Amino acid sequence: MNAPAPALGCTNTPVLKERGQREVFCGLTGIIWLHRKMQDAFFLVVGSRTCAHLLQSAAGVMIFAEPRFGTAILEEKDLAGLADAQTELDREVDRLLSRRPDIRQLFLVGSCPSEVIKLDLHRAAERMSVKHAPHVRVLNYSGSGIETTFTQGEDACLASMVPTLGATAEKELLLVGALPDVVEDQAMALLAALGITKVRCLPARRSADALAIGPNTVFALLQPFLGDTHAALTRRGARHIPAPFPFGAEGTTLWLQAIATEFGVDPDLFAKVTAAPRARAEKAVAAATQTLSGKSIFFFPDSQLEIPLARFLTRECGMTAIEVGTPFLHRDLLGPDLALLAHGPTISEGQDVDKQLTRARAARADLTVCGLGLANPLEAEGMATKWAIELVFTPVHFYEQAGDLAALFARPLRRRALLAPLAPDMEAAE
Amino acid sequence: MKLTLWTYEGPPHVGAMRVATAMKGLHYVLHAPQGDTYADLLFTMIERRDHRPPVTYTTFQARDLGGDTATLFKSACQDAVDRFAPEAIIVGASCTAELIQDNPAGLAGSMNLGLPVIALDLPSYQRKEGFGTDETFLQIVRHLAQPCARTEQITANLIGPTALGFRHRDDITELTRLLSEMGIGLNVVAPMGARPSDIARLGAAHFNVLMYPEHAESAARWLETNFKQPYTKTVPIGVGATRDFLAEVSKITGLAPKTDTTRLRLPWWTRSVDSTYLTGKRVFIFGDGTHVAAAARIAREEMGFEVAGLGCFNREMARPIRALAKDYGVEALISDDYLEVEAAIAALQPEMILGTQMERHIGKRLGIPCAVISAPVHVQDFPARYSPQMGWEGANVIFDTWVHPLVMGLEEHLLHMFRDDFEFHDDAGASHHGGAHKPREAAAEAAPAAAEEAGSMPAEPASLDQAVPVVQPSGDIVWLSDAEAELKKIPFFVRGKARRNTETYAQTKGVTAISVETLYEAKAHYAR
Repeated sequence: MNAPAPALGCTNTPVLKERGQREVFCGLTGIIWLHRKMQDAFFLVVGSRTCAHLLQSAAGVMIFAEPRFGTAILEEKDLAGLADAQTELDREVDRLLSRRPDIRQLFLVGSCPSEVIKLDLHRAAERMSVKHAPHVRVLNYSGSGIETTFTQGEDACLASMVPTLGATAEKELLLVGALPDVVEDQAMALLAALGITKVRCLPARRSADALAIGPNTVFALLQPFLGDTHAALTRRGARHIPAPFPFGAEGTTLWLQAIATEFGVDPDLFAKVTAAPRARAEKAVAAATQTLSGKSIFFFPDSQLEIPLARFLTRECGMTAIEVGTPFLHRDLLGPDLALLAHGPTISEGQDVDKQLTRARAARADLTVCGLGLANPLEAEGMATKWAIELVFTPVHFYEQAGDLAALFARPLRRRALLAPLAPDMEAAE
Repeated sequence: MKLTLWTYEGPPHVGAMRVATAMKGLHYVLHAPQGDTYADLLFTMIERRDHRPPVTYTTFQARDLGGDTATLFKSACQDAVDRFAPEAIIVGASCTAELIQDNPAGLAGSMNLGLPVIALDLPSYQRKEGFGTDETFLQIVRHLAQPCARTEQITANLIGPTALGFRHRDDITELTRLLSEMGIGLNVVAPMGARPSDIARLGAAHFNVLMYPEHAESAARWLETNFKQPYTKTVPIGVGATRDFLAEVSKITGLAPKTDTTRLRLPWWTRSVDSTYLTGKRVFIFGDGTHVAAAARIAREEMGFEVAGLGCFNREMARPIRALAKDYGVEALISDDYLEVEAAIAALQPEMILGTQMERHIGKRLGIPCAVISAPVHVQDFPARYSPQMGWEGANVIFDTWVHPLVMGLEEHLLHMFRDDFEFHDDAGASHHGGAHKPREAAAEAAPAAAEEAGSMPAEPASLDQAVPVVQPSGDIVWLSDAEAELKKIPFFVRGKARRNTETYAQTKGVTAISVETLYEAKAHYAR
């Protein structure tokens, strides 16, 4: 069974709050995975060449020949008021929708420049929704870097969808968060085996899969960064089922347990359904634990997954956390994870990257989790790193991926061990 | 407002970063929101740099906007100077900060930082990355270069190489060798590897070698005007261009164009009879103006290709590229719209593309082989081995690189002869391209950028003919079954072209049902 909760968790640990240069992506980055999840959606960023360049760089150059995202680049005449930006936007959207009749949902995504010039995308979305109804629904949210950090883009996107959901009085479970279909299907299968069949997912894969919520809806979050979506669902009367996030064997079990309790699932049935996949997960995690056990880890703030992952790595893989940085700390959502994370590590929120680098260098953890801009420079200083973005792009949730999740952290350490004979040359090349 | 799916160039401040990151002892304080820090990964991941780019971002947030972003900028400047102790700083704004009009130049200038402060004015909503590199380097040179006496030995500056450049690292080595064979020393290489104190002594060189006009032409002109330093106009990429370059250097310096061509292999490799199959291959060339102009000359004069079309994405080079196109009897495509380039390639149906990573993907879709000749770069454009584009070794590298994606001449015949053989069957693809992969379906591309992020190569295309279905009725034209069978006998790597040519021919002749006759009439019609 689960290890006991620590006598003293991190629930009341004072948080080191920092403000300074932040080395993080903006919320536009979420488009990279959201557009794959919502197969009939197009994400139109209203922004600058920088936005387009970010998306292209974050996606790797050109994975998709004609992707379902693009940037309407603001030009001098849009800013100088020579052109009515709203009219220009209408024209670009008309052109886009006529070329892509497969698009059923269009997201107008605000950026730093569009927010600064106060381009009203909400009004634009309403106008376009009327014009293109019923074929296309147009929504808007902000992925701007002055308002959102990396995964907050997904939160803003999902929150923008909540007001459009239909109403229902049925007792239903809503799973919230964009996961790869294969992982989502695993979750649905587990819930079905527990006898919970009225389950829907936000976001739905296609816009036709109509979702409805109401006072009898309960929802479980799949990702820890969905604070605004949580609030929007609560405003619609839905009720959150608090739980640790489904990472690792323990996290998955506790997450399922919370839902099972809500739906009054028989404990014997629960044990029967979860026993086999849980044992598989524990076995798979154990393989990576051989590498990870006794090692220390330092998290730079990135995806907001840091606290649940630190909980997983310390409790299931035998690691020691030195610092767990997160861009934002949603205590409402992360309470159960914080309680399980043993007291000890520094919990930091926000960032002053140079100060944090100084701390990371002093700590010289066995593994440092950081963004792509920092990973190679730290490797060159002899530190092992795991780049955080992979944690968002890779299927890591639930039992069947628990071993993969642990392996993501073990691989850099195993690789270093393999390459150790070349290490002197590497240092010399610096 | 303009809808953009993929861009050839980033914003101008990324150009400034390329210059700053190439240099040492220089720091860039950039007024920008947090999202703009993504640009660091271009350098640490694509180029695999082992240091962070020397850039401090102010990373202002929405809540700062009502308050004092100017103070934020000033404290970022002070912190950067204290922490990194640069010899000089450059200051500027990214697209968002440009809108809030904090005037980084004035703010930093008023701070008495005790070091040169170079202000950049890079209009984000008008210009792009190439302008950013050129303008930044010009401003650095204007602010830091001091009049000084010429060196005793004849020396040159190599100007233009930046971070994230296409093979800039190795071009420097090759040029250094070419110049040294003539007895010419190096004064300064800039921006790559130069410190602000090196920029100060640019004027000591007898002339400048302008390696990449995209990045340093303005600085070259400024040095010519102010320090009376001539600069070279020929970019030595290709055998002919390298010879012309040496002649130009000889004219400037009065030194004999001594050079050691024993290491040059391209001329013999292209004359060797195994290269006969290259004759008249129709190529489409696209990239930055400098590399396109060089590639066109190599393609026609040194490889024996036919240039079917050419163009560039940087408007700054529109005029010379248009003139060049006229010389080649084609219409230049000046565009940074990726879809327009794809349409042009699809219409021309070249046998090969010489392009950027963008065109490599277009080629994958259309089933046309592509060799990369120009930025924008990808991690695979930073090979571990020595791999210049300039000079004699550059010519050798170009020969190998361009020939590699093609199905080789002898293999072409073998494929034809043994097309039903189990090893040579259609789907086997070219033997030097590795095993046959299963065609990847669009819907299966779900896993987003994990591997791409790592900077690894995207999955290579499935078998070459993935985008070339055997017979796909287009419009009202129908293939009769005997014609279809005949089409299948044509090797896969030319089948797509045969099909399109036949359909186009049928269309112009008003034929709606394609027979074997039509197929061969079309073949004769298009014969060269």
